[in-house]
Amino acid sequence: MKKKYSIFTLIKNAFSNNENWQKMWKSPEPKKTYDIIVVGGGGHGLGTAYYLAKEHGIKNIAVIEKGWIGSGNTGRNTTIIRSNYLWNESAFLYDHSVKLWENLSQELNYNMMFSQRGVMNLAHNEHDIKEMKRRISANRLNGLDTQWLETKDIKRLVPIMNTDNLRYPVLGAAFQRRGGVARHDAVAWGFAMRADEMGVDIIQNCEVHSIKTKNGKVEGVKTSKGFISAKKVAVVASGHTSVLAKTAGVRLPLQSRPLQALVSEPIKPVINTVVMSNAVHAYVSQSDKGELVIGAGTDGYNSFTQRGGYDVIEETVRAIVELYPIFGKMKMLRQWGGIVDICPDASPIISKCEVKGLYFNCGWGTGGFKATPGSANVFAHTVANDEPHKINAAFNLERFSDGRLIDEHGAAAVAH
Amino acid sequence: MILINCPYCGERDQSEFSNGGEAHVARPENSENLNDKEWGQYVFYRDNPKGIFYERWVHSHGCRKWFNAVRNTSTDEILAIYKLNENPPSKESFTNTLKTPSGEPKVGSGNFTVKK
Repeated sequence: MKKKYSIFTLIKNAFSNNENWQKMWKSPEPKKTYDIIVVGGGGHGLGTAYYLAKEHGIKNIAVIEKGWIGSGNTGRNTTIIRSNYLWNESAFLYDHSVKLWENLSQELNYNMMFSQRGVMNLAHNEHDIKEMKRRISANRLNGLDTQWLETKDIKRLVPIMNTDNLRYPVLGAAFQRRGGVARHDAVAWGFAMRADEMGVDIIQNCEVHSIKTKNGKVEGVKTSKGFISAKKVAVVASGHTSVLAKTAGVRLPLQSRPLQALVSEPIKPVINTVVMSNAVHAYVSQSDKGELVIGAGTDGYNSFTQRGGYDVIEETVRAIVELYPIFGKMKMLRQWGGIVDICPDASPIISKCEVKGLYFNCGWGTGGFKATPGSANVFAHTVANDEPHKINAAFNLERFSDGRLIDEHGAAAVAH
Repeated sequence: MILINCPYCGERDQSEFSNGGEAHVARPENSENLNDKEWGQYVFYRDNPKGIFYERWVHSHGCRKWFNAVRNTSTDEILAIYKLNENPPSKESFTNTLKTPSGEPKVGSGNFTVKK
């Protein structure tokens, strides 16, 4: 039955102590065979299953997740959404996603808590200013709403920022108003619930051990619950994608590294936008609970430890405290790390490969959350038609031999 | 946070070092005969195992010398460190703590020092 959420269901369930909410999705035992198996139950994977069922009419799908859904990088990011990327290919891909975000709450009838509070990228020197103005021009040519802010405009938006009394003064910023934040669990749960309603099997606590291939064609996956055969296998396993690809004999140009984030104790609202700074390496927003959500950089070496080094946080917090002196005495509550898969050109891979029926959506590196619905949408198209959507055609594997790289190292707010 | 035993300076904090990626990647000698795909493999593709990984480090804020290390990327435990002119230890001399390719180690990162 279709689950509806509204103010009335909230009130009704409040009277019964919130004990009668329906389960959002079933947890079935895996069938022996599926048309498509999606490996990885994060936002991207669940979204892929949702769009496959909704837009391509394929219902015999399983999403297989090692832990519980949304427990990987979907639950480990800083939930920032923007599309102010330099190159045309990236701008189209990420803005496709922002446009889907804008209607996702209505489409899934589940509150994404999508808040377009704007995303600000600070400039601290002459080079930053020139680079950002170039980026703004490129963005505007691609129809994105990025604009230049002078220091006084920044001060008006974020009064607590120290703009002049610091080593790298704030000289201006690029600002995308349509950017913002969303609730990370909601996107996984929303996609899961609606995919489940259309007949997708969501199988949790089932680890894919290897991908089985025969004569250059995919046959299925070996899991902790036995072998499951499938006509097509779509791998969306972020940091572990290259490990799984290797079991099918496919080599991917990915390196996995821990990326950290941390949150402070909750305080009253002090910052109502997202502020990023590439140069001093700090970005911060405030969650609806009042916690400051702070993103750190990646560790400088490959690792799968979901933890990260303390020196990386220290560097970020140092910059935050200089930019916002009033945060100086705050306490940090939690810190965590997620394993991100980084491509040589810091752009994702959404592509077929040399094994027939095997597809990869990976390499999102430090910025996959913003792309969740867009990535899922074009990946579903790629898997269903065995051909890329025109938006993700450039994000293929061939670019690492023909040299058509999409270099977005400058787009991230964190070093990698 | 890892402590790395620099073969020239002794044990120092990891933040003094820079990682140089996978070790023992030789530049192809017949580069003029390679096609785009093979050249792309050399330029962009590196191993990314969960488990035993041979890698290069440089003591950037110390002696600035390069050396190699063998590390378990699922726990960050450094298993061996050897100089550039020394032969790499064989992979068989290390035990991988993972039962499956994408599994998690029984004792997570950083904790191995406590448990030992």
